[in-house]
Amino acid sequence: MPSLRPSTRPDPAFDSSWASASEIAAAVGSGQVSAAAVIEDALARIAERNPVLNAFTAVTAERARARAKAIDAAIAKGQKAGPLAGVPFAVKNLFDVAGIATVAGSKINRAYAPAKKDSALIEKLEAAGAVLVGALNMGEYAYDFTGENLHDGPSRNPHDTTRMTGGSSGGSGGAVAGGMVPLSLGSDTNGSIRVPSSLCGIFGLKPTYGRLSRARSFPFVASLDHLGPFARSARDLALSYDLMQGFDPDDAACADRPAEPALPLIERGLEGLRVAVAGGYFQQGAMPEALTALDRVAKAVGARNEIDIPEARRARAAAYVITTTEGAALHLDRLRKAADAFDPAVRDRLLAGAMIPSTLVVKAQNFRRWFRARMLELFESCDAILAPATPCTAPKIGQQTFMIDGVELPVRPNMGLYTQPISFIGLPVVAVPVPLKPMPIAIQIITPPWREDLGLRIAHTLEQQGICAAPRPAIAGGT
Amino acid sequence: MTTDPLDDYIVAAARALALPVKPEWHAAVKANLDVTLKLAAVIAEFELPDDAEPAPIYTP
Repeated sequence: MPSLRPSTRPDPAFDSSWASASEIAAAVGSGQVSAAAVIEDALARIAERNPVLNAFTAVTAERARARAKAIDAAIAKGQKAGPLAGVPFAVKNLFDVAGIATVAGSKINRAYAPAKKDSALIEKLEAAGAVLVGALNMGEYAYDFTGENLHDGPSRNPHDTTRMTGGSSGGSGGAVAGGMVPLSLGSDTNGSIRVPSSLCGIFGLKPTYGRLSRARSFPFVASLDHLGPFARSARDLALSYDLMQGFDPDDAACADRPAEPALPLIERGLEGLRVAVAGGYFQQGAMPEALTALDRVAKAVGARNEIDIPEARRARAAAYVITTTEGAALHLDRLRKAADAFDPAVRDRLLAGAMIPSTLVVKAQNFRRWFRARMLELFESCDAILAPATPCTAPKIGQQTFMIDGVELPVRPNMGLYTQPISFIGLPVVAVPVPLKPMPIAIQIITPPWREDLGLRIAHTLEQQGICAAPRPAIAGGT
Repeated sequence: MTTDPLDDYIVAAARALALPVKPEWHAAVKANLDVTLKLAAVIAEFELPDDAEPAPIYTP
């Protein structure tokens, strides 16, 4: 990690250590605090906590300082501050960051040339005044639900550093929950935003498939890959999400539709909303803490109807098949030339994926369209569906198995039991943290395609009610 | 002596597709292949009409 300059003296009137992105931007915009001071404080927190949490794999300190200085200079000249002015943020290390190799959690990609240009979403956040401070740890090539990485070591959960962050966006979860930055970006193919949100106790948004540009990020499964934000409040999710919207021809899956801002609608409350609870598959195997959290959220939003999402088990199976085969296709050349350089757990799944007949993959894609149609029918009678994000709170790092429905199953693939059927058809989901003791857990708020606004509105209401919150861990100054 | 057809399949597929499956990796690849094929069977057994087209749409 680069050496850090001594922190500038913090403005006594503003403490950025657990401040939201919205609060920081307001303080910087009003001159209450300089962007430079906010960034120095963030860099100091990273230097102090990262040796324990292992969330960052690269810190872009000099770039961040230069950017903060430019923001302060622009404000001093009377220019309007951006809506994210001076907000430090970091990205999963599969996002291109100019001047750094996009490692995507792998050893192999370290030999690749540095990225020439930032990812599209980094450009959008920085255009709004945010300041990139680094790249974050992740499971190798995003084929992971644990946040453990063979090459960089595991991301550690800020609430209990012997426990997993969840993955594959493990560093993205740990950096926000551990108070190093108020905002991070991650990717979600089968649950990699929602699982770390749950295990780390923060808010996460997996938008509709095709909503946010994936341009200049390292892919995993083109049919299922999404990018999205993590934050400690629903408002920050909405703020950053709105700023990242917009068509981008550089991403083949990006939808050509106008931006539909969610932040202006976030205070509308629950009136007129019909919220249901997913039963059956989505509660089988859930441990008591997941059901407690689900019950608490359901009661708070008046969700009385339990609905059955048809064939969810098959939807998960189809997501699994598409993931392993498309992933194998992506990495085929690397498997042939450098199989020894993979994490064995990733390599062996990809080798198996390369041997699956194409007929079975086509059937999985056929089923995907069928399942989408059934889900759209369900949304005729409700506006949002609640389901657990994970079957349990964070397991111990290195834990290989856990009990689901009385059966001992491997942790790595099964943490995504409840997330996979949903991302399979690209529905938007807000993961909301319920601050249970000793470890938090999140609930998914699933809404119809392109209706991120509804999920964010419900999430914000739950936060106002005190039902959902990102708990502050001791390592970040909490009690 | 009969062998598990999955073992034969892995050896044949690895050779035909130029996939470097070392002998010590065979068991783990087999375990993963077994899980994936079982999940694929869960989908394949579900009856869909002949006009159920795949989800991805290509727009020229």
